[in-house]
Amino acid sequence: MELSHYLILSMLLFLVGAVGFIIKKNIISVFLCLELMLNAVNLSFVAFARHLDQVHGQIFVFLVMVVAAAEAAVGLAITIVLFRNRNTLNIDDADSMKG
Amino acid sequence: MKETIFFYLFGGIALLAAISVVAQKRVFYSAISLVLCLCSVAALYMLLDAPFIAAVQIIVYAGAIMVLFVFVIMLVDPFSAAMLRDKKRYLRYVAIALGIIAFMILVPLLKSYSPVFAPGNAEPAGGSSMQHLAQTLFSTYLLPFEATSLLILAAIIGVVVLAKRQPEKK
Repeated sequence: MELSHYLILSMLLFLVGAVGFIIKKNIISVFLCLELMLNAVNLSFVAFARHLDQVHGQIFVFLVMVVAAAEAAVGLAITIVLFRNRNTLNIDDADSMKG
Repeated sequence: MKETIFFYLFGGIALLAAISVVAQKRVFYSAISLVLCLCSVAALYMLLDAPFIAAVQIIVYAGAIMVLFVFVIMLVDPFSAAMLRDKKRYLRYVAIALGIIAFMILVPLLKSYSPVFAPGNAEPAGGSSMQHLAQTLFSTYLLPFEATSLLILAAIIGVVVLAKRQPEKK
């Protein structure tokens, strides 16, 4: 299996995640698409690690997973606080910072 | 030959599950599709000689993180569907068109990719055995490894502070 096959699959997964990130309105769906994109990047890391016959890529994937776990935990806590205070999950309703 | 078949099988499942994550109306079905996608990607990691990463993917990603997601969805979901109205439907078509354009730009680039560090140039790494992985993780990458434990500690404290019920203010 060539490297480019894995890269193209990784890119497709990333694009699907990016499109979902833009079109989704529910904040939890946005988080899920974020996880999808991280996962796509992890796939290309491992593909490169195999291609170069090194383990550094796999260690990077390990670190990305740790960061993803921390990000998911904090993000979901923010979601719960948002739901408790605003009674909404729509990202368009959380606009008090006018970003 | 066998690897090609498994690549297309699990790659196809991962891609379809990813599309399902975006296409589903209900968040819970999106989360279940994402579990399927993560498991297929774990199978691809096995194909890529990365059994440790595959195991961590199943245990941490498909296990712990997705359970967290499902818990939160169960806490808040019954009300969410009614409150979501599509104000900007046109944005969906813009996003899909942009995705297709990016696809058409990136595929020729990736096809013509020639690695700067070809396998021959890289320093001999002793394969991707688990032992070598552990040795590298606990020697070269010891500081980042310890930093992740600090990060997790910070995340735990942050989550407790955030999600704790605030005392009633008068």
